[in-house]
Amino acid sequence: MAGNAEPLSPRAKLAVTAGKAAAAVSRAAGRGSGSVIGGRVALKLDPDLLARLATHLDVVLVSATNGKTTTTRLLAEALRANGEVVSNALGANMPAGITSALAGGSEARYGVIEVDEKYLAGVARDVKPKAIALLNLSRDQLDRAAETRMLAEKWREGLAGSDAVIIANADDPLITWAASSCPTVVWVAAGQEWKDDAWSCPSCGGVLQRPAEDWFCGECGFRRPTTTWALSGDHVIDPYGSAWPIQLQLPGRANKSNAAVSAAAAAAFGVDPKVALERMYKVQAVAGRYDVVQFHDRDVRLLLAKNPAGWLETFSLIDGPPTPVILSVNARGADGTDTSWLWDVDYTRLAGHPIRVIGDRKLDLAVRLEVAGLEFQVCQDFDEAVRTSPAGRIEAIANYTAFQDLRRRVGN
Amino acid sequence: MSDSSLRLVWVYPDLLSTYGDQGNVLVTERRARQRRVPVTRIDVRSDQPIPTSGDIYLIGGGEDRPQRLAAERLRRDGGLNRAVDNGAIVFSVCAGYQIIGHEFVNDLGRPEPGLGLLDVVSVRGEGERCVGDVLADIDPALGLPPLTGFENHQGVTHVGKNARPLARTRFGNGNGTGDGTEGAYNETVFGTYMHGPVMARNPQIADLLIKLAMDVRALPPVDDEWYEALRAERIAAASQPA
Repeated sequence: MAGNAEPLSPRAKLAVTAGKAAAAVSRAAGRGSGSVIGGRVALKLDPDLLARLATHLDVVLVSATNGKTTTTRLLAEALRANGEVVSNALGANMPAGITSALAGGSEARYGVIEVDEKYLAGVARDVKPKAIALLNLSRDQLDRAAETRMLAEKWREGLAGSDAVIIANADDPLITWAASSCPTVVWVAAGQEWKDDAWSCPSCGGVLQRPAEDWFCGECGFRRPTTTWALSGDHVIDPYGSAWPIQLQLPGRANKSNAAVSAAAAAAFGVDPKVALERMYKVQAVAGRYDVVQFHDRDVRLLLAKNPAGWLETFSLIDGPPTPVILSVNARGADGTDTSWLWDVDYTRLAGHPIRVIGDRKLDLAVRLEVAGLEFQVCQDFDEAVRTSPAGRIEAIANYTAFQDLRRRVGN
Repeated sequence: MSDSSLRLVWVYPDLLSTYGDQGNVLVTERRARQRRVPVTRIDVRSDQPIPTSGDIYLIGGGEDRPQRLAAERLRRDGGLNRAVDNGAIVFSVCAGYQIIGHEFVNDLGRPEPGLGLLDVVSVRGEGERCVGDVLADIDPALGLPPLTGFENHQGVTHVGKNARPLARTRFGNGNGTGDGTEGAYNETVFGTYMHGPVMARNPQIADLLIKLAMDVRALPPVDDEWYEALRAERIAAASQPA
């Protein structure tokens, strides 16, 4: 299946070389890894390059609102049991970044590719993946993101009739809707804490009934499919009913869910769940997420939460009170400029934690916490927040650019 | 108020709660409780009947299809119209604002009847989507400080003669009609395009609704330190668009 039986055309080779040169220039200029600019140059010279690069690989795509970078890492590690893997491990997940990542792995057997939600259907059409892992969909970047349900609809149309094996989270009604037009779906009971984007039936608009872990539409009969894989506490249950322990260095229920989907996806490539899960233990902090850093002689754990579903999962993994918490929120372009999502997050979950508030939009957070009836302190910057926090390891939770600010400040 | 507690009804959070709209409920509830007014909060999903005995009804924003579904279900239910006949207060935002008018354009591109609780008609705007911070002066008759909010809509809403514009914009689009109006209101029914949520940035609006519902002229003061700091920051931001 894989291997480099057909060499790249001269045009494709030129495109790859030019892309690498542009990336090198970008790196030399101190502008990051250069993977996106390199991919852009290469795609300009050969618009079909992404498709061409992928023909030599068994490709699996990973998409979701939350957890796609981590899942890509977990799955790549699992598939390495069977052969070399090329992956956009740094999270450059649009076509240019993906092209650049694939161009770097001419010897690889597998391509494990994280894809931005908006590009999934197009990338799937280009690279003809063997498998696609779909984790969850929820509200994100309100001022410019497509409506969440519309995104599910676009996936459904774009993936209909796909030859790929779809590995899908059956506990997310929007994911189920997106995947259920595909002929081959492996349904995973991967769980989902956030429910507020799927009270309406994606099929008929009826109100979804959600008793315990189940969900169904009382009007049209659209319902949670029967699953063959499941996350059960700290174990993955495989289709034969065997329970395999999840041992991760990454914290939280959401990462166990990511591991369960990754194990199911790896099995589609013949990797035994035991082997897959053991290999996943190697994955450490992804792009600084969950890193514990030293700052002003304190231990600070850096946690990224980009949207309400992400905040909810993050609250469930932090150490309990009286562990000090620092919250940082920005509303720059990459975050979405509308902060109203703060009111979708249940901050009362932080009751009992000493709370420090920073970031460009610390005042929005201050009002939010005041209305939640919580005690908090507004600080000028991260340094002040860390210095004034009471004893104990600090949990610092930040949204996208605020997280980058924290990493920069601690030199991570 | 119908009994000793303020009955606060949140209409259809399953359909109309896309932009942190729960915030308006939380702020109103909090500010009533800070005045020692007992509050009964009633969240009504779209497969449940709208109670007609509420004091304040809050309706949020939503995307195009949920907006049509909400309008269909509210028309069929009829409870909100009966509540307004009973003198209830309604405060609605964005998609909810359009629904309580006479008509809006639905996700299928067709005119959809609203509830006719407020004399406004909404159409789809031809220009760019209105996104960003807004600063506006509220109708002096209401005696409120300037309105700050975040708008994010394609709709254009025309205010009829039986309603008054809620505010005049200094920065931002508001109703999108080009005449500087933002929102609309009559004696008991209010509509606005402002997210933020609007009560978080303008807690005096929550106070106004509470006063109207309780039929009192004033409420004891509460500590508005953080609200005031946020207002000052957002008013400055709206005045100096990036």
